[in-house]
Amino acid sequence: MSLVDNSTSISFLIDGEEIPFVKGQSILQAALAAGKYIPHLCYHPEFKPNGSCKLCTVKINGRPGASCITQAEAGLSVESDTPEINDKRRTLLQMLLVEGNHFCPSCEKSGNCMLQALAYDLGVMSPHFPQIFPVRLVDASHSDILLDFNRCILCEICVRASDEVDHKNVFAFSGRGITKHLIVNAESGRLADTDFLATDKAAQVCPVGVILPKRMGFTIPIGRRKFDERPISEQMEKVADAAGIAIRESSP
Amino acid sequence: MNKKIKVATTSLAGCFGCHMSFLDIDERLLELLELIEFDRSPLTDIKICGPCDVGIIEGGVCNAENVHVLREFRKNCKILVAIGACAINGGLPAQRNQLDLRDILEEVYHTSVGLAQGSDIPNDPELPLPLNKVHPIHEVVKIDYFLPGCPPPADAIWKFLTDLIAGRTPKLGHGLLHYD
Repeated sequence: MSLVDNSTSISFLIDGEEIPFVKGQSILQAALAAGKYIPHLCYHPEFKPNGSCKLCTVKINGRPGASCITQAEAGLSVESDTPEINDKRRTLLQMLLVEGNHFCPSCEKSGNCMLQALAYDLGVMSPHFPQIFPVRLVDASHSDILLDFNRCILCEICVRASDEVDHKNVFAFSGRGITKHLIVNAESGRLADTDFLATDKAAQVCPVGVILPKRMGFTIPIGRRKFDERPISEQMEKVADAAGIAIRESSP
Repeated sequence: MNKKIKVATTSLAGCFGCHMSFLDIDERLLELLELIEFDRSPLTDIKICGPCDVGIIEGGVCNAENVHVLREFRKNCKILVAIGACAINGGLPAQRNQLDLRDILEEVYHTSVGLAQGSDIPNDPELPLPLNKVHPIHEVVKIDYFLPGCPPPADAIWKFLTDLIAGRTPKLGHGLLHYD
Protein backbone atom coordinates (compact mmCIF):
# COMPACT_ATOMS: atom_id res chain seq x y z
CA MET A 1 0.00 0.00 0.00
CA SER A 2 1.30 3.43 -0.90
CA LEU A 3 1.47 6.00 1.87
CA VAL A 4 -0.36 9.04 0.53
CA ASP A 5 -2.62 11.35 2.44
CA ASN A 6 -4.17 13.00 -0.61
CA SER A 7 -7.89 12.30 -0.40
CA THR A 8 -8.14 12.14 -4.20
CA SER A 9 -5.72 9.25 -4.22
CA ILE A 10 -8.09 6.33 -4.37
CA SER A 11 -7.47 2.91 -5.78
CA PHE A 12 -8.79 -0.55 -6.54
CA LEU A 13 -7.18 -3.89 -7.30
CA ILE A 14 -6.67 -5.66 -10.64
CA ASP A 15 -5.21 -9.14 -10.30
CA GLY A 16 -3.98 -8.07 -6.88
CA GLU A 17 -2.19 -5.02 -8.28
CA GLU A 18 -3.13 -1.62 -6.89
CA ILE A 19 -4.54 0.71 -9.56
CA PRO A 20 -5.03 4.40 -8.69
CA PHE A 21 -7.86 6.26 -10.44
CA VAL A 22 -9.63 9.57 -10.58
CA LYS A 23 -13.40 9.76 -10.20
CA GLY A 24 -15.21 9.28 -13.47
CA GLN A 25 -12.63 6.95 -14.98
CA SER A 26 -13.73 3.55 -16.14
CA ILE A 27 -11.89 0.47 -14.91
CA LEU A 28 -10.28 0.16 -18.35
CA GLN A 29 -9.17 3.81 -18.45
CA ALA A 30 -7.67 3.58 -14.98
CA ALA A 31 -5.93 0.30 -15.82
CA LEU A 32 -4.39 1.64 -19.03
CA ALA A 33 -3.31 4.85 -17.31
CA ALA A 34 -1.54 2.74 -14.71
CA GLY A 35 0.16 0.68 -17.41
CA LYS A 36 -1.94 -2.43 -16.71
CA TYR A 37 -3.12 -3.80 -20.04
CA ILE A 38 -6.64 -5.13 -20.49
CA PRO A 39 -7.36 -6.49 -24.00
CA HIS A 40 -9.92 -4.36 -25.87
CA LEU A 41 -11.09 -3.71 -29.43
CA CYS A 42 -14.07 -1.33 -29.60
CA TYR A 43 -12.74 1.05 -26.97
CA HIS A 44 -10.94 4.13 -28.30
CA PRO A 45 -9.65 6.73 -25.83
CA GLU A 46 -10.97 9.67 -27.83
CA PHE A 47 -14.59 8.55 -28.10
CA LYS A 48 -17.39 7.54 -25.77
CA PRO A 49 -17.12 3.84 -24.89
CA ASN A 50 -19.93 1.63 -26.15
CA GLY A 51 -19.09 -1.77 -24.66
CA SER A 52 -19.88 -3.77 -27.77
CA CYS A 53 -16.91 -6.10 -28.29
CA LYS A 54 -16.74 -7.40 -24.71
CA LEU A 55 -13.03 -8.20 -25.10
CA CYS A 56 -12.33 -6.03 -22.04
CA THR A 57 -14.62 -8.12 -19.87
CA VAL A 58 -13.22 -8.60 -16.39
CA LYS A 59 -14.63 -10.00 -13.17
CA ILE A 60 -15.60 -7.17 -10.86
CA ASN A 61 -16.06 -8.42 -7.32
CA GLY A 62 -16.73 -11.81 -8.85
CA ARG A 63 -19.21 -10.67 -11.51
CA PRO A 64 -18.30 -10.34 -15.20
CA GLY A 65 -18.61 -6.88 -16.72
CA ALA A 66 -17.13 -4.83 -19.56
CA SER A 67 -14.37 -2.74 -17.99
CA CYS A 68 -14.73 0.08 -20.56
CA ILE A 69 -18.23 0.95 -19.37
CA THR A 70 -17.88 0.18 -15.67
CA GLN A 71 -16.83 3.06 -13.44
CA ALA A 72 -13.82 2.52 -11.24
CA GLU A 73 -14.66 2.55 -7.56
CA ALA A 74 -12.45 2.47 -4.52
CA GLY A 75 -11.87 -0.98 -3.12
CA LEU A 76 -13.10 -2.98 -6.12
CA SER A 77 -11.45 -6.31 -6.65
CA VAL A 78 -11.02 -6.98 -10.38
CA GLU A 79 -9.76 -10.11 -12.12
CA SER A 80 -8.48 -9.73 -15.67
CA ASP A 81 -5.47 -11.81 -16.69
CA THR A 82 -6.79 -15.19 -15.60
CA PRO A 83 -7.03 -18.45 -17.59
CA GLU A 84 -10.84 -18.38 -17.28
CA ILE A 85 -11.27 -14.84 -18.63
CA ASN A 86 -8.62 -15.23 -21.32
CA ASP A 87 -10.41 -18.40 -22.52
CA LYS A 88 -13.58 -16.35 -22.95
CA ARG A 89 -11.64 -13.62 -24.77
CA ARG A 90 -10.21 -16.22 -27.15
CA THR A 91 -13.74 -17.47 -27.85
CA LEU A 92 -14.92 -13.91 -28.58
CA LEU A 93 -12.02 -13.42 -31.00
CA GLN A 94 -12.77 -16.74 -32.71
CA MET A 95 -16.40 -15.72 -33.18
CA LEU A 96 -15.30 -12.40 -34.70
CA LEU A 97 -12.87 -14.23 -37.00
CA VAL A 98 -15.51 -16.62 -38.41
CA GLU A 99 -18.22 -13.95 -38.70
CA GLY A 100 -16.30 -11.94 -41.28
CA ASN A 101 -13.90 -12.83 -44.06
CA HIS A 102 -10.52 -12.39 -42.41
CA PHE A 103 -7.84 -13.55 -44.83
CA CYS A 104 -4.72 -12.09 -43.23
CA PRO A 105 -2.22 -13.07 -45.97
CA SER A 106 -3.97 -10.83 -48.50
CA CYS A 107 -4.96 -8.00 -46.14
CA GLU A 108 -3.05 -4.70 -46.20
CA LYS A 109 -3.74 -4.21 -42.52
CA SER A 110 -1.95 -7.42 -41.57
CA GLY A 111 0.74 -6.67 -38.99
CA ASN A 112 -1.02 -3.45 -38.01
CA CYS A 113 -4.40 -4.97 -37.16
CA MET A 114 -5.71 -4.96 -33.59
CA LEU A 115 -7.92 -8.02 -34.09
CA GLN A 116 -4.96 -10.01 -35.37
CA ALA A 117 -2.59 -8.65 -32.72
CA LEU A 118 -4.99 -9.53 -29.92
CA ALA A 119 -5.46 -13.02 -31.34
CA TYR A 120 -1.67 -13.45 -31.43
CA ASP A 121 -1.29 -12.16 -27.90
CA LEU A 122 -3.99 -14.45 -26.53
CA GLY A 123 -2.69 -17.41 -28.56
CA VAL A 124 -5.67 -18.04 -30.85
CA MET A 125 -4.48 -21.02 -32.89
CA SER A 126 -7.67 -21.81 -34.82
CA PRO A 127 -11.06 -20.31 -35.66
CA HIS A 128 -12.66 -23.27 -33.80
CA PHE A 129 -16.15 -22.45 -35.16
CA PRO A 130 -17.36 -23.12 -38.72
CA GLN A 131 -16.63 -20.19 -41.03
CA ILE A 132 -19.71 -18.22 -42.04
CA PHE A 133 -18.11 -16.80 -45.21
CA PRO A 134 -20.63 -13.95 -45.43
CA VAL A 135 -21.09 -12.27 -48.79
CA ARG A 136 -19.86 -8.71 -48.35
CA LEU A 137 -18.80 -6.21 -50.95
CA VAL A 138 -16.03 -3.66 -51.20
CA ASP A 139 -16.61 0.01 -51.98
CA ALA A 140 -13.78 1.45 -54.07
CA SER A 141 -15.80 4.45 -55.27
CA HIS A 142 -13.93 7.07 -53.22
CA SER A 143 -10.78 8.47 -54.79
CA ASP A 144 -8.62 8.17 -51.66
CA ILE A 145 -10.22 5.54 -49.43
CA LEU A 146 -11.13 1.89 -49.96
CA LEU A 147 -13.85 0.24 -47.88
CA ASP A 148 -13.57 -3.52 -47.45
CA PHE A 149 -16.63 -4.57 -45.47
CA ASN A 150 -15.40 -8.19 -45.30
CA ARG A 151 -13.32 -7.32 -42.26
CA CYS A 152 -15.77 -5.22 -40.26
CA ILE A 153 -16.05 -6.27 -36.60
CA LEU A 154 -18.80 -3.74 -35.74
CA CYS A 155 -16.65 -1.89 -33.21
CA GLU A 156 -18.42 1.33 -34.15
CA ILE A 157 -15.23 3.39 -33.79
CA CYS A 158 -15.61 4.91 -37.29
CA VAL A 159 -19.28 5.66 -36.60
CA ARG A 160 -18.35 7.48 -33.40
CA ALA A 161 -15.38 9.31 -35.01
CA SER A 162 -17.45 10.53 -37.92
CA ASP A 163 -20.24 11.64 -35.61
CA GLU A 164 -18.38 13.01 -32.57
CA VAL A 165 -15.26 14.48 -34.20
CA ASP A 166 -15.88 15.01 -37.93
CA HIS A 167 -19.58 15.91 -37.42
CA LYS A 168 -20.32 14.27 -40.76
CA ASN A 169 -22.14 11.12 -39.75
CA VAL A 170 -20.78 9.20 -42.74
CA PHE A 171 -21.09 5.72 -41.20
CA ALA A 172 -23.93 3.88 -39.50
CA PHE A 173 -25.16 0.39 -38.73
CA SER A 174 -28.05 -1.32 -40.42
CA GLY A 175 -29.79 -4.61 -39.65
CA ARG A 176 -29.91 -6.58 -36.42
CA GLY A 177 -28.23 -9.67 -34.99
CA ILE A 178 -26.11 -11.60 -37.46
CA THR A 179 -27.28 -9.36 -40.34
CA LYS A 180 -26.06 -6.19 -38.63
CA HIS A 181 -23.58 -4.42 -40.88
CA LEU A 182 -21.79 -1.15 -41.50
CA ILE A 183 -23.32 1.18 -44.08
CA VAL A 184 -22.44 4.50 -45.66
CA ASN A 185 -24.92 7.33 -45.13
CA ALA A 186 -25.61 8.24 -48.72
CA GLU A 187 -28.65 7.55 -50.85
CA SER A 188 -26.48 5.51 -53.22
CA GLY A 189 -24.69 3.85 -50.28
CA ARG A 190 -21.37 4.75 -51.91
CA LEU A 191 -18.58 6.51 -50.04
CA ALA A 192 -17.86 8.72 -53.08
CA ASP A 193 -21.29 10.28 -52.63
CA THR A 194 -20.50 11.60 -49.14
CA ASP A 195 -18.28 14.49 -48.03
CA PHE A 196 -15.82 11.96 -46.51
CA LEU A 197 -12.15 12.95 -46.73
CA ALA A 198 -8.97 10.94 -46.19
CA THR A 199 -8.03 13.52 -43.55
CA ASP A 200 -11.17 12.84 -41.49
CA LYS A 201 -10.74 11.30 -38.06
CA ALA A 202 -12.95 8.40 -39.16
CA ALA A 203 -10.44 7.56 -41.88
CA GLN A 204 -7.66 7.05 -39.35
CA VAL A 205 -9.22 4.93 -36.63
CA CYS A 206 -10.32 1.56 -38.03
CA PRO A 207 -8.64 -1.11 -35.86
CA VAL A 208 -8.98 -3.69 -38.66
CA GLY A 209 -8.71 -3.55 -42.45
CA VAL A 210 -12.04 -1.94 -43.43
CA ILE A 211 -11.19 1.74 -43.97
CA LEU A 212 -7.94 1.80 -45.92
CA PRO A 213 -6.07 4.65 -47.59
CA LYS A 214 -5.54 3.93 -51.26
CA ARG A 215 -2.05 3.64 -52.79
CA MET A 216 -0.52 2.85 -49.37
CA GLY A 217 -0.91 -0.92 -49.20
CA PHE A 218 2.00 -3.09 -48.07
CA THR A 219 4.38 -0.12 -47.85
CA ILE A 220 5.83 -1.26 -44.52
CA PRO A 221 7.83 -4.48 -44.96
CA ILE A 222 7.07 -7.58 -42.87
CA GLY A 223 9.16 -7.40 -39.73
CA ARG A 224 8.69 -3.65 -39.30
CA ARG A 225 4.94 -3.45 -38.96
CA LYS A 226 3.39 -2.25 -35.72
CA PHE A 227 2.86 -5.61 -34.06
CA ASP A 228 5.78 -7.51 -35.61
CA GLU A 229 8.25 -6.50 -32.97
CA ARG A 230 6.27 -6.47 -29.76
CA PRO A 231 2.84 -7.82 -28.81
CA ILE A 232 -0.06 -5.40 -28.50
CA SER A 233 -0.09 -5.74 -24.71
CA GLU A 234 3.37 -4.19 -24.56
CA GLN A 235 2.57 -1.24 -26.81
CA MET A 236 0.60 1.24 -24.81
CA GLU A 237 1.13 4.79 -26.03
CA LYS A 238 0.52 7.90 -23.98
CA VAL A 239 -2.45 9.79 -25.35
CA ALA A 240 -5.20 11.91 -23.87
CA ASP A 241 -8.80 10.80 -23.76
CA ALA A 242 -11.81 13.01 -24.57
CA ALA A 243 -11.75 14.59 -21.13
CA GLY A 244 -8.04 15.39 -21.48
CA ILE A 245 -7.00 12.82 -18.92
CA ALA A 246 -3.62 11.35 -19.81
CA ILE A 247 -4.02 7.67 -20.41
CA ARG A 248 -2.15 4.98 -22.21
CA GLU A 249 -3.64 3.21 -25.11
CA SER A 250 -2.66 0.82 -27.81
CA SER A 251 -4.30 1.98 -31.02
CA PRO A 252 -3.50 1.20 -34.65
CA MET B 1 15.95 -48.94 -29.67
CA ASN B 2 13.07 -46.49 -29.78
CA LYS B 3 10.73 -46.84 -32.69
CA LYS B 4 10.74 -43.83 -34.98
CA ILE B 5 7.66 -41.61 -35.08
CA LYS B 6 5.75 -42.09 -38.32
CA VAL B 7 4.73 -38.87 -40.05
CA ALA B 8 2.55 -38.42 -43.12
CA THR B 9 2.01 -35.10 -44.91
CA THR B 10 -0.15 -33.90 -47.77
CA SER B 11 -1.29 -30.76 -49.51
CA LEU B 12 -5.00 -30.44 -50.31
CA ALA B 13 -6.22 -27.06 -51.64
CA GLY B 14 -2.86 -25.50 -50.86
CA CYS B 15 0.15 -24.26 -52.80
CA PHE B 16 2.82 -26.50 -51.24
CA GLY B 17 4.21 -23.35 -49.63
CA CYS B 18 3.88 -24.92 -46.17
CA HIS B 19 5.85 -27.94 -47.37
CA MET B 20 8.50 -25.58 -48.76
CA SER B 21 8.64 -23.81 -45.41
CA PHE B 22 9.00 -27.21 -43.73
CA LEU B 23 12.05 -27.91 -45.93
CA ASP B 24 13.35 -24.51 -44.81
CA ILE B 25 14.25 -26.03 -41.44
CA ASP B 26 17.35 -26.92 -43.49
CA GLU B 27 20.01 -29.06 -41.76
CA ARG B 28 17.68 -29.60 -38.83
CA LEU B 29 15.93 -32.06 -41.17
CA LEU B 30 18.77 -34.49 -40.47
CA GLU B 31 18.24 -34.14 -36.74
CA LEU B 32 14.52 -34.65 -37.28
CA LEU B 33 15.08 -37.77 -39.38
CA GLU B 34 16.80 -39.37 -36.39
CA LEU B 35 13.42 -39.23 -34.66
CA ILE B 36 10.84 -39.59 -37.41
CA GLU B 37 10.26 -41.42 -40.65
CA PHE B 38 7.92 -40.36 -43.41
CA ASP B 39 4.95 -42.36 -44.64
CA ARG B 40 2.72 -40.85 -47.33
CA SER B 41 4.13 -37.46 -48.27
CA PRO B 42 5.17 -35.51 -51.37
CA LEU B 43 8.70 -36.05 -50.02
CA THR B 44 8.48 -39.85 -50.31
CA ASP B 45 5.96 -40.14 -53.12
CA ILE B 46 4.16 -42.89 -51.16
CA LYS B 47 0.55 -42.63 -52.41
CA ILE B 48 -1.45 -44.32 -49.63
CA CYS B 49 -1.28 -43.36 -45.97
CA GLY B 50 -0.53 -46.26 -43.59
CA PRO B 51 -0.90 -46.19 -39.80
CA CYS B 52 0.96 -43.09 -38.56
CA ASP B 53 1.60 -41.18 -35.38
CA VAL B 54 1.30 -37.71 -36.90
CA GLY B 55 -0.46 -36.47 -40.03
CA ILE B 56 0.26 -32.94 -41.26
CA ILE B 57 -2.29 -31.40 -43.61
CA GLU B 58 -1.69 -28.34 -45.73
CA GLY B 59 -4.54 -26.67 -47.64
CA GLY B 60 -8.30 -26.55 -47.26
CA VAL B 61 -10.94 -28.80 -48.77
CA CYS B 62 -12.03 -27.65 -52.24
CA ASN B 63 -12.99 -30.87 -54.05
CA ALA B 64 -14.21 -34.44 -53.51
CA GLU B 65 -10.72 -35.93 -53.61
CA ASN B 66 -9.59 -33.61 -50.80
CA VAL B 67 -12.38 -35.04 -48.63
CA HIS B 68 -11.26 -38.64 -49.33
CA VAL B 69 -7.58 -37.88 -48.62
CA LEU B 70 -8.44 -36.00 -45.44
CA ARG B 71 -10.58 -38.91 -44.18
CA GLU B 72 -7.80 -41.37 -45.07
CA PHE B 73 -5.40 -39.32 -42.96
CA ARG B 74 -7.83 -39.06 -40.05
CA LYS B 75 -8.39 -42.82 -40.13
CA ASN B 76 -4.66 -43.59 -40.06
CA CYS B 77 -3.09 -40.81 -37.97
CA LYS B 78 -3.21 -40.63 -34.19
CA ILE B 79 -2.57 -36.89 -34.25
CA LEU B 80 -3.76 -34.69 -37.10
CA VAL B 81 -2.25 -31.24 -37.58
CA ALA B 82 -3.66 -28.41 -39.72
CA ILE B 83 -0.74 -26.41 -41.08
CA GLY B 84 -1.09 -22.99 -42.70
CA ALA B 85 -3.83 -20.48 -43.38
CA CYS B 86 -5.67 -22.56 -46.02
CA ALA B 87 -6.07 -25.63 -43.81
CA ILE B 88 -7.16 -23.44 -40.91
CA ASN B 89 -9.67 -21.02 -42.47
CA GLY B 90 -9.75 -21.89 -46.17
CA GLY B 91 -7.19 -19.22 -47.00
CA LEU B 92 -6.82 -17.85 -50.49
CA PRO B 93 -8.85 -20.60 -52.25
CA ALA B 94 -11.79 -19.79 -49.94
CA GLN B 95 -11.95 -16.29 -51.36
CA ARG B 96 -14.00 -17.85 -54.14
CA ASN B 97 -16.70 -18.65 -51.58
CA GLN B 98 -18.53 -15.39 -52.27
CA LEU B 99 -18.96 -16.34 -55.93
CA ASP B 100 -21.11 -18.93 -57.64
CA LEU B 101 -19.03 -21.97 -58.64
CA ARG B 102 -20.58 -22.34 -62.09
CA ASP B 103 -20.04 -18.62 -62.83
CA ILE B 104 -16.35 -19.00 -61.95
CA LEU B 105 -15.88 -22.12 -64.11
CA GLU B 106 -17.77 -20.49 -67.00
CA GLU B 107 -15.59 -17.40 -66.86
CA VAL B 108 -12.29 -19.23 -66.45
CA TYR B 109 -12.81 -21.95 -69.07
CA HIS B 110 -15.47 -20.63 -71.40
CA THR B 111 -16.14 -16.92 -71.68
CA SER B 112 -12.94 -15.09 -70.69
CA VAL B 113 -10.78 -13.43 -73.31
CA GLY B 114 -7.82 -15.26 -74.86
CA LEU B 115 -9.09 -18.82 -74.58
CA ALA B 116 -8.57 -21.29 -77.45
CA GLN B 117 -11.60 -21.76 -79.65
CA GLY B 118 -14.03 -24.38 -78.35
CA SER B 119 -12.73 -24.11 -74.78
CA ASP B 120 -15.23 -25.40 -72.26
CA ILE B 121 -15.42 -26.42 -68.61
CA PRO B 122 -13.33 -29.62 -68.21
CA ASN B 123 -15.51 -32.67 -67.66
CA ASP B 124 -13.08 -35.60 -67.48
CA PRO B 125 -14.17 -38.34 -65.04
CA GLU B 126 -10.55 -38.39 -63.77
CA LEU B 127 -10.97 -34.87 -62.40
CA PRO B 128 -12.32 -34.59 -58.84
CA LEU B 129 -15.50 -32.56 -58.66
CA PRO B 130 -15.07 -29.15 -57.04
CA LEU B 131 -17.18 -28.38 -53.96
CA ASN B 132 -19.49 -25.37 -53.96
CA LYS B 133 -17.43 -23.82 -51.18
CA VAL B 134 -13.88 -24.25 -49.90
CA HIS B 135 -13.81 -25.38 -46.28
CA PRO B 136 -11.22 -25.39 -43.50
CA ILE B 137 -10.29 -28.99 -42.69
CA HIS B 138 -11.61 -28.88 -39.11
CA GLU B 139 -15.11 -28.59 -40.59
CA VAL B 140 -14.69 -32.09 -42.11
CA VAL B 141 -12.65 -34.12 -39.57
CA LYS B 142 -11.42 -33.59 -36.04
CA ILE B 143 -8.12 -31.73 -35.94
CA ASP B 144 -5.85 -32.02 -32.93
CA TYR B 145 -3.44 -29.13 -33.49
CA PHE B 146 -3.33 -25.97 -35.57
CA LEU B 147 -0.16 -24.30 -36.83
CA PRO B 148 -1.08 -20.97 -38.47
CA GLY B 149 0.91 -18.96 -40.98
CA CYS B 150 1.08 -18.33 -44.71
CA PRO B 151 3.29 -20.23 -44.53
CA PRO B 152 4.31 -20.78 -40.90
CA PRO B 153 7.99 -19.82 -40.66
CA ALA B 154 10.46 -22.74 -40.59
CA ASP B 155 11.29 -21.87 -36.98
CA ALA B 156 7.62 -22.16 -36.04
CA ILE B 157 7.41 -25.58 -37.71
CA TRP B 158 10.58 -26.67 -35.93
CA LYS B 159 9.32 -25.40 -32.57
CA PHE B 160 5.97 -27.08 -33.12
CA LEU B 161 7.43 -30.46 -34.12
CA THR B 162 10.08 -30.56 -31.42
CA ASP B 163 7.46 -29.69 -28.78
CA LEU B 164 5.13 -32.37 -30.12
CA ILE B 165 7.85 -35.05 -30.32
CA ALA B 166 9.01 -34.21 -26.80
CA GLY B 167 5.46 -34.67 -25.53
CA ARG B 168 4.90 -30.99 -24.73
CA THR B 169 1.86 -28.99 -25.81
CA PRO B 170 3.20 -27.05 -28.82
CA LYS B 171 3.49 -23.34 -28.00
CA LEU B 172 4.62 -20.74 -30.52
CA GLY B 173 4.58 -17.37 -28.74
CA HIS B 174 5.20 -13.91 -30.16
CA GLY B 175 7.12 -13.78 -33.41
CA LEU B 176 6.37 -17.37 -34.40
CA LEU B 177 2.57 -17.14 -34.31
CA HIS B 178 1.54 -15.47 -37.56
CA TYR B 179 -1.60 -15.58 -39.69
CA ASP B 180 0.20 -14.16 -42.72
